[in-house]
Amino acid sequence: MRKNLTLAWRNIWRNRKRTIITAASVFFGVLLSTFMTSMQEGTYSKMIDNVVSFYSGYIQIHQNDYWENKTIDYCFTPGNSLLETLKNTPDIVFHVPRLESFTLMSHGNNTKGAALIGIDPPKENHLSKLSHWVVEGNYLKPGDDGILLAVNLAKNLGVEVNDTLVLISQGYHGASAAALFPVRGILKFPSPAMNNMGGYIDLKTAQNFFSVPNQYSSLVLMVSDYSEVNRVKHSLKRDLADSYEIMSWDEMDPLTKNMIDADRSGAYITKGILYTLVGFGIFGTVIMMMAERRKEMGIMVAIGMQRSQLSAILFIETALIGLIGVLAGFAISLPLISYLVFHPIPLTGEAAKAYEEFGFEAAMYFSVQWFIFARQVLIIFILTLVIYVYPLVKTYGMKLTRALHA
Amino acid sequence: MNVIEVKQLKKIYNTTEVKVNALNGVDLTFEQGEFAAIVGPSGSGKTTLLNMLGGLDEPTEGEIRIGGTNILELSSSKLIDFRLRNIGFVFQAYNLIPVLTALENVEFIMQLQEVPKKERQQRAIALLEQVGLGDRTNSRPSKLSGGQQQRVAVARALASKPKFVLADEPTANLDSKSTANLLDIMEELNRKENITFVFSTHDQRVVNKARRVITLEDGQIISDLKKE
Ligand SMILES: Nc1ncnc2c1ncn2[C@@H]1O[C@H](COP(=O)(O)OP(=O)(O)O)[C@@H](O)[C@H]1O
Repeated sequence: MRKNLTLAWRNIWRNRKRTIITAASVFFGVLLSTFMTSMQEGTYSKMIDNVVSFYSGYIQIHQNDYWENKTIDYCFTPGNSLLETLKNTPDIVFHVPRLESFTLMSHGNNTKGAALIGIDPPKENHLSKLSHWVVEGNYLKPGDDGILLAVNLAKNLGVEVNDTLVLISQGYHGASAAALFPVRGILKFPSPAMNNMGGYIDLKTAQNFFSVPNQYSSLVLMVSDYSEVNRVKHSLKRDLADSYEIMSWDEMDPLTKNMIDADRSGAYITKGILYTLVGFGIFGTVIMMMAERRKEMGIMVAIGMQRSQLSAILFIETALIGLIGVLAGFAISLPLISYLVFHPIPLTGEAAKAYEEFGFEAAMYFSVQWFIFARQVLIIFILTLVIYVYPLVKTYGMKLTRALHA
Repeated sequence: MNVIEVKQLKKIYNTTEVKVNALNGVDLTFEQGEFAAIVGPSGSGKTTLLNMLGGLDEPTEGEIRIGGTNILELSSSKLIDFRLRNIGFVFQAYNLIPVLTALENVEFIMQLQEVPKKERQQRAIALLEQVGLGDRTNSRPSKLSGGQQQRVAVARALASKPKFVLADEPTANLDSKSTANLLDIMEELNRKENITFVFSTHDQRVVNKARRVITLEDGQIISDLKKE
């Protein structure tokens, strides 16, 4: 084995220039691909973060059938077994209650239909940093009797901070709900959809308004890491599915999920083309390498080297060239990406606007997850394996008498 | 015992439009310690015969026994192993692995035989000294002359302790001085260590050194002379 490695190593440096060019093509492939994947993953996780933190959280627990109907009749009081389960699931960092329904809001002659969300002000702030988006007035205090309004909705209603808003809705099982709410603050989110959406009031106040004391429409769960979401969801489903509806962010916001999936498949094609080119580059080198050494390989087998060993040496040569390219690629991309993760590239002009419309800060985000790099190693290894078919067929098919007279 | 025993060997090439009877019923035996030359005009079948004797190609008909083993019955990987342990090869030119030094080239074959490192090195150095290259052990082939390369090839052929050494026109690319030198070395190894050499040649000086001269024509042996 060591001898094979030595031979392979020396062989690849017989044509230094060609080896460097081939390794360089792997290098650029790896560099581009890691860079691209890192940017994709960075962007996706930012998108998910947005969805998750502004709105849905990673996972929500509802009364069965709540999501289909979304009315106050589907709210619930979390039982001890539910709270116990949440406490005992290690990856759930905390959970936040909400009571959500639909109301008519009016001020003067203006009336708008909008979502009304009852929140626990400090807890909600911990989850979604809602207070960040207060541009006028103040954030809610616990037990507050006022309302926070999204900026566009406030504009449409013609209300300002300290004006009073009339809210009319249907409470539990058809009970009527109506009350006056002073406007405490105006919220301006980075996402236009959110800016039209609705208002926030204190949870207790909401429970009274809708006549559902101690009830929630959802529990929003914060999970320690994005990658744990599915595992946690399944574990909760196993324990709670009989009485509760457990939904993850992608089920609640399929649009974002679909956008990410579509973008991902587009990127797979690009990377596929990139690696196909790299693969052909390596393949060309292997073909030349073997054509030049036909006689030498004939001699090796003639004097007693097994064809399996010869093809192993050729495999190692290909793999070494690939490895040099991959390592060189990582040597540049790893530090670069690690830096960019903490220093996103700010965007300006049109691109910046487009980002802001989707509710992002205008910057290119990067991710430095291990799989981005592991995948490159795997791809190059698979390419090497596929290319290896050629030396394998050639060495096993080699006719000695011909090779010796090449 | 006969080292090589060949019976009714025929080789027909069908690859071209006309069938070529490269070997046409050759019967031949070699004993331990022979120093034999196979001669004949170009196209007479020398290379074809040597390839058969070395297990590098299969005859169309006939039987080849080496040290009693019918090599035509061996599977392809067994045959490679058989060559490794029983036959030493010296080809016309460019015999050596270019990325290995002279010493490593000689060691290489013993590595394939899994000879322990220490023994391998000692033997390789001794062999290189025997062929007069004790001072060039660390040179790569590209730094050696054609004659020196052939001497390394002889050392390599002997390293595996083969039953015999096959050399297909080993002096074809050498000047007369290197030819004489190489022949002297081979002859000395033959006399002193009783190593069997079978080589093909065009070269009259090589023929003169041989103690047995087998002449081929049109794939048949037309004379087989032993000098003593
Ligand atoms: N691979 C081959 N295909 C077809 N004909 C061949 C092949 N190898 C050798 N021959 C023919 O077989 C005959 C003997 O060739 P060879 O053994 O090379 O003779 P020599 O070594 O004496 O010059 C020649 O006529 C040659 O053209």
